[in-house]
Amino acid sequence: MTMIEHDKIKGLSDRMAAEEVRGRSPWADARKRFMKNRAAMVALIVLVLIVIFAIFGLAFAEWDYESIDFMVMGSAATQGMPSLENGHYFGTDDLGRDIYARTVMGTRISLMVGTVGALVAVIVGTLYGATSGYIGGRTDQVMMRLVDILLSIPYMFVLILLLVIFGRRLEMLFLGIGLISWLEMSRIVRGQTLTLKNREFIEAARATGVPGWKIILRHIVPNLLGVVAVYATLLVPLMILTESFISFLGLGVQEPLTSWGALISEGAGTMRYGTIWQLGFPLGFFCVTLFALFFIGDGLRDALDPKDR
Amino acid sequence: MTHAEPLLDVRDLRVTFDIRREGDMPWSPPRLLHAVGGVNFALNPGETLGIVGESGSGKSTLARALIGLVPANGHAIWQDGTDLIGLSPRRMLRYRNDIQMVFQDPLASLNPRMTVGQIIAEPLRTHHPGLSRAEIKTRVKENMERVGLLPNQINRYPHEFSGGQCQRIGIARALIVEPKLIICDEPVSALDVSIQAQVINLLADLQRDLGLALIFIAHDLSVVKHISDRVLVMYLGRVMELAEAQSLYAAPQHPYTQALLSAVPVPDPELERSKTIIPLAGELPSPMSPPSGCVFRTRCPRAQAACAESVPELMGSPTHLTACHFPGKLSEEEVALAVQAEAEPA
Amino acid sequence: MALLDIQDLHVTFQTNDGQVHAVNGINLSLNRGETLGVVGESGSGKSQLAFAVMGLLARNGRAAGSVRFDGQEILNAKPKLLNRIRAEKIAMVFQDPMTSLNPYMRVADQMAEVLVLHQGASKRDAVAESIRMLDAVRIPDARGRARLFPHEFSGGMRQRVMIAMALLCQPDLLIADEPTTALDVTVQAQIMTLLADLQAEFGMAMMLITHDLGVVAGACDRVTVMYGGRIREEGPTDPIFADPAHPYTKGLLAAIPRVDQKGDRLSAIPGSPPNMSNPPPGCAFAPRCDFAMEICVQDRPALAAFAPGRARACHAEISVIREGAAPHDDLPFEAAADEAGALSTPEPEPEIEAGLSTGPATAGPPQERPDDPR
Repeated sequence: MTMIEHDKIKGLSDRMAAEEVRGRSPWADARKRFMKNRAAMVALIVLVLIVIFAIFGLAFAEWDYESIDFMVMGSAATQGMPSLENGHYFGTDDLGRDIYARTVMGTRISLMVGTVGALVAVIVGTLYGATSGYIGGRTDQVMMRLVDILLSIPYMFVLILLLVIFGRRLEMLFLGIGLISWLEMSRIVRGQTLTLKNREFIEAARATGVPGWKIILRHIVPNLLGVVAVYATLLVPLMILTESFISFLGLGVQEPLTSWGALISEGAGTMRYGTIWQLGFPLGFFCVTLFALFFIGDGLRDALDPKDR
Repeated sequence: MTHAEPLLDVRDLRVTFDIRREGDMPWSPPRLLHAVGGVNFALNPGETLGIVGESGSGKSTLARALIGLVPANGHAIWQDGTDLIGLSPRRMLRYRNDIQMVFQDPLASLNPRMTVGQIIAEPLRTHHPGLSRAEIKTRVKENMERVGLLPNQINRYPHEFSGGQCQRIGIARALIVEPKLIICDEPVSALDVSIQAQVINLLADLQRDLGLALIFIAHDLSVVKHISDRVLVMYLGRVMELAEAQSLYAAPQHPYTQALLSAVPVPDPELERSKTIIPLAGELPSPMSPPSGCVFRTRCPRAQAACAESVPELMGSPTHLTACHFPGKLSEEEVALAVQAEAEPA
Repeated sequence: MALLDIQDLHVTFQTNDGQVHAVNGINLSLNRGETLGVVGESGSGKSQLAFAVMGLLARNGRAAGSVRFDGQEILNAKPKLLNRIRAEKIAMVFQDPMTSLNPYMRVADQMAEVLVLHQGASKRDAVAESIRMLDAVRIPDARGRARLFPHEFSGGMRQRVMIAMALLCQPDLLIADEPTTALDVTVQAQIMTLLADLQAEFGMAMMLITHDLGVVAGACDRVTVMYGGRIREEGPTDPIFADPAHPYTKGLLAAIPRVDQKGDRLSAIPGSPPNMSNPPPGCAFAPRCDFAMEICVQDRPALAAFAPGRARACHAEISVIREGAAPHDDLPFEAAADEAGALSTPEPEPEIEAGLSTGPATAGPPQERPDDPR
């Protein structure tokens, strides 16, 4: 009898000390599915290359993005075309500034605008929407009506006013874009939260007395991240487009700084004079990035939500 | 099974939902749904109470009211004299440690993004925030061991487990804070038969070893039979019968209990073919406008004029209470009449 | 000749985690007017068997083997032939009637549509016939209720509508896949009585797929017990219940909680169901079996007849099984499902199956219930 007891206890201590097995998390599963998606992986590689280009591109530039090459100034159409000899890999603009360096700068600014806008949307929108949905009732009503009101304001008009009143500063642009980007996100997140809220694991947490904010952060937000990630990848291009539109109007970033929108705007203006590279290079980067982001968003949706295919 | 001091004394517990429809004006009269209408029972420490009822009987709502997940009226007096109903969340927190819950859908009650260890540890981290990581881990592993899960699986995710194992995780989560009462809301109805038996046995063992009180909710009488000391039968938010298990299964007094018992399929071809099922006439009335008097009278084979007039009180011996004006076994003629009425085309 | 003759049926699903073998070589036959119970737990392949017969497998599913209906091969047949057979010869009733009823159409219109489409009946006749059929399934005030939408019926009534719809074309075979699992016991009893009456009245054969041996006991002539995509035991109902010849059947019968017997402790089958994407080479039940021997792990037992009309797939002697094994008091410790070889792969089963695990809905405030978020 004592032998058996002894065995039992030994078995127990063995089991307690046994090496812990690693789990296969839902995120790892999603990553595996994403890696299998060829289009999304190619798009991801392209996007990474573009980011590397934005960060390290200037190291290879022979010209500064704001200095003027007086050799080609005024005769861009004949001497400013892309060439390796004079160091203007992408050619020059009408003022004789290097398009390569300017495209690198423009990529930086545009990607930054896109990322900041999406980040604000993810953080503010997710928390706002999750809180509103989780609390529900009157609080939810008030919080969502506020979003409705903000959405009903023609934001482009406000953004333009902001830039006109407070000057064309980069921070103002970020602020303006951040202010509007989270509204749609909060609505989407709230809808998702409403369906999550009645799931049994949320009930279990409530029953055991986990405080509301912890439930939101620990149980609701992680289960929303799939939807949020997908929507965020679609938001980045939207933010880039918004910035480009504003820059296209001439209200965006201040010269000599530049962005894709500003570059495309300039390039479009001089298209007729045979300097197509001034439009072509920034536009090419712009389009490739947008496509890459859309493919990645698609891939993410398939990976995170396999049932929706 | 009589103790001086009940663990939980439920008196006239009512749950009413206002299901005002979308688009109703704010000042239009509320539309009230009486999910639970005046339930009384006392639960002794270490006792298992089975609550049985079909869909719409209010059994799950009752459980959620006890644990404060839905607002209720009435009283639920805890051992120390505190009324749990209407307690502020801050004061309720202490009692949430003592009352834990196990849910119906094993997988849905576990957060898919958390590891088993995190899930089981959550109540512990909520109620004992001072514990160190190592202590928590040891306690989690002990409890996994206790419910028959390998402790080295602590870092796995719920989707890597089968339904029965997920329910064990749910039970370990309830056990870890050493509660006095566990409310099990249909803990086995989503499981396969062979797994059901595992989980019921596990709960019975834990209950015996740890001296827990259990409220075990089920939709049919067969499941609770093996685990309950007493059984409470609900219909449309009211208690029909409350009796010690043996007495209830041997001699059910309420016509509804008898109908419910007769409907449970028995895995014995001869018995199953020869038995008479007591049919219930019509359909479940709407809980928005429950029938006057006895709520069961619209479907009862024995209903009479008196049943519409007054609500029957729970009466009988202390071990066997029935809420019926005319309790007792249905005679063969009564059953035959009901069967005949059911078979006739409307 | 048998009405339905299934030979060596295999069903596999291609999933993200590899191939899932849901059904592995099943032979079954069903005579006219006969009721066959197919019993198994979730993942046993019983529902996939029915879907394969009906040609309703999910898109990632493949069926191989032979299914003859009335002498005609219908497995993987052309859609045109399948449609005709499904409309006129074989009808199916699902667990959740709501998934097979169009929520935006009145019940009478939905039922009439079937007749107009397949039998060229006029709309007026079709509606009249539908109402007659609703009457036949004992829906009170059938004429009035036919004008209602599906969501206006209770669960039990909705299942009656489904049955009425299935019987409209007077099929030779009715396949009922867990027809009462989502219903309360009192309603379940009514529906089972109704099915038995209708079967006698219309003289059709019925294949009753269920996890509940209690339901089978009262309704079926013959029973087939499935586990791990294979038939474990088959035979006439009475001897199977009185004298189960396979450890799984025996264990299953002992595990059912019964209202009519005493006994404090249920006898559980230890362990979890097998993982069908990686089935063990031997008997799939061996890891949970009280009678398992060394041979069971390597060699898969074949289904063999051992008494008139009865067959079983097991290496253990019948006398040993009859004697019974010593009850095990301690359940073994369980690893996570996929390690222990349990079913954790994404179920290939279509939506209909997804509702299986939900017991009767319980009372509560009307809530927004999320869809299954898998």
